[in-house]
Amino acid sequence: MSVLTAILVFGGLALLFGLILGFAAVRFKVESDPIVDQIDAILPQTQCGQCGYPGCRPYAQAIANGDAINKCPPGGDATIKELADLMGVEAKPLDSAHGAEDVKKVAVIREDECIGCTKCIQACPVDAILGAAKHMHTVIAHECTGCDLCVEPCPVDCIDMVPVPTKPETWQWDLQQIPVKMVATADQES
Amino acid sequence: MTADPKTIAAGHIWTFPGGIHPPERKELSNTYPLRELPLATHYSVPIKQHSGEPGDIIVRVGQTVLAGQPLTQVGVGFGLPVHAPTSGTVTAIGPGRIAHPSGLPDIVITITADGKDTFAPPLPIQDVATASRADLLEQLRQAGIAGLGGAGFPTAQKLALQRPLDYLIINGVECEPYISADDRLMREQASTILRGADLLLDITQCPQALIAIEDNKPEAIAAMQAALTDYPRMQLRVVPTKYPSGGEKQLIQLLTGRQVPSRGLPIDIGLVMHNVGTAYAVARAIDHGEPLLQRVVTVTGEHVAKPGNYWVRLGTPVEHVLQVTRYTAETNQRVIMGGPMMGFTLPDLTVPVVKITNCILVPSTAELAPPQQEMPCIRCGACADVCPAQLLPQQLQWLAKAKDYDGLNQQNLFDCIECGACAYVCPSEIPLVHYYRKAKAEVRNIAREKAKAEVARKRFEARNERLEREKAERLERHRKAAEARKQAQAEAVKAGADNPQDAVQAAIARAKARKAAQLKEQQANSEPDGEST
Repeated sequence: MSVLTAILVFGGLALLFGLILGFAAVRFKVESDPIVDQIDAILPQTQCGQCGYPGCRPYAQAIANGDAINKCPPGGDATIKELADLMGVEAKPLDSAHGAEDVKKVAVIREDECIGCTKCIQACPVDAILGAAKHMHTVIAHECTGCDLCVEPCPVDCIDMVPVPTKPETWQWDLQQIPVKMVATADQES
Repeated sequence: MTADPKTIAAGHIWTFPGGIHPPERKELSNTYPLRELPLATHYSVPIKQHSGEPGDIIVRVGQTVLAGQPLTQVGVGFGLPVHAPTSGTVTAIGPGRIAHPSGLPDIVITITADGKDTFAPPLPIQDVATASRADLLEQLRQAGIAGLGGAGFPTAQKLALQRPLDYLIINGVECEPYISADDRLMREQASTILRGADLLLDITQCPQALIAIEDNKPEAIAAMQAALTDYPRMQLRVVPTKYPSGGEKQLIQLLTGRQVPSRGLPIDIGLVMHNVGTAYAVARAIDHGEPLLQRVVTVTGEHVAKPGNYWVRLGTPVEHVLQVTRYTAETNQRVIMGGPMMGFTLPDLTVPVVKITNCILVPSTAELAPPQQEMPCIRCGACADVCPAQLLPQQLQWLAKAKDYDGLNQQNLFDCIECGACAYVCPSEIPLVHYYRKAKAEVRNIAREKAKAEVARKRFEARNERLEREKAERLERHRKAAEARKQAQAEAVKAGADNPQDAVQAAIARAKARKAAQLKEQQANSEPDGEST
């Protein structure tokens, strides 16, 4: 008799918890993996594909599934450090197989050489190139992530990757780097 | 900490933590009356002289301009126009030196003066008594008036915020050593300053104003006191001399005992502050329709033969200012724009005077030693004692060097007013403010990059969505086209036309028949052979 009670009690409990869990799984269903969103937020969103995945979000997905965190050259060491903190793994140096960290660049089309083939427009992951077939194309500089993907498809090699110039607003107070020309001596007297 | 309004009205002066007493050296320049600086041969006017977006350029190279004619116009957003400082010809528009510690170029409009100094007609002047608040703000915007105290924030934008106000504070403290521009302006133009303050009271709908002056300027105090008899809504407050009493947050604490919340604005606690120079410019712009063309600049230091305060047209190259004031340069002479505490060394002398330039300092090595070799921090804590914002400069320094931005935020780096008191007392000669500025720039940069990455992510996702949609649409189109074709065929058959399917069947039947015939023929051919054998 007591065995039967125990079986009934535990069976009942199991059923109850099963129902609760089942309800929770439906009611609180998470559409996307939150960890992927967190990783995606850390990645620089260059969408360059240097990691081997077609964009930052796919790489975020791959990291969540256990891929290495050191495949993102545009993010560099800072991104690797943040990812290591988030994922609870050891920070590793950047995997040189995927490229080296570089200064931030922006694509510039030499417009008089452009033949209007639209190949770069199709390659741009963030739709930052403007133009139409047989018309000159141009890069919307502040939307360009500097991913490099438009350079390869260009049949006339008219796209240059130019380092982003430092402006007074974005200057980093590197006092040592300014070419401070000390005001000259006697010859400048008036 | 909320102070009793009665105590404020009674003229109680509170105190703020920290602060230093560096040598004032104001006597070098404050004994000479204001003088007009002779015109230069050319002017370079940076299009951005305030904090915010620059305006759009509305002049061309080769165009002749009159003094006071706008060179840029403000579009949407928070821009301010700049004006031609004198009459002449626009000779160049392009990157040039600006008054920025980086020495990096920005867009500059170069004007070659014709020497006639012909003025454009003044801005239309409204009848102040009947003009609406919006009209007056527009007048100030068109006059290009930015805060002349240092930050260069557009005055109209600051006044546009409508919140209940207790006090307008007119800042004539001028606590930084060497500088006496506001001092001389108060001595000589007290009534115009107060007229400007009166207009500011009307625009902000604020009941009363406090005029704050440091007690080391007795002549200015006397002049303002005399002029104040005409303005019952204003009171004078004399604050003890201490650096940085003239800082916005510090002065508010001195006069009202209130503290501006971290990352907040004075208007959050019912206060708004303007510099005496700004008040003067406001009066000139509204009463006389004068755009902001010139400002008082203190030219001082032991290497200037004719120190003093000059009315300098905006855009005048520092070189011209120094030639007129007859400077003598020693080896590796430094020229500092701003005061010794918060100013910066100029990369060369082509830098123009702009709206926020209050001082040009040409010190001798003896009076202002060049920065020494930085030594390790000995944790003496002197910096924390003098910090007027009650931060921990030493801690901030470690965190800034370690690039620990979360830690810097926890230690309220952005409450640092960069007054330089900590660096002044540091026995190890650590350029502390330099580290904070660098860290602030990096934090801002990271925020900017994050915002940009967010935009890139959205664009990437939008593009992927678009590609998916286009693909689905293409497939749908193909499917529909195939269906339509089938339907058209069926209808054609129904209408009695040849069914293409029939034609196919017929062709197959024909081919089969031909094959069968061939087979028969072969058989027929082989049969006689069989018979022959």
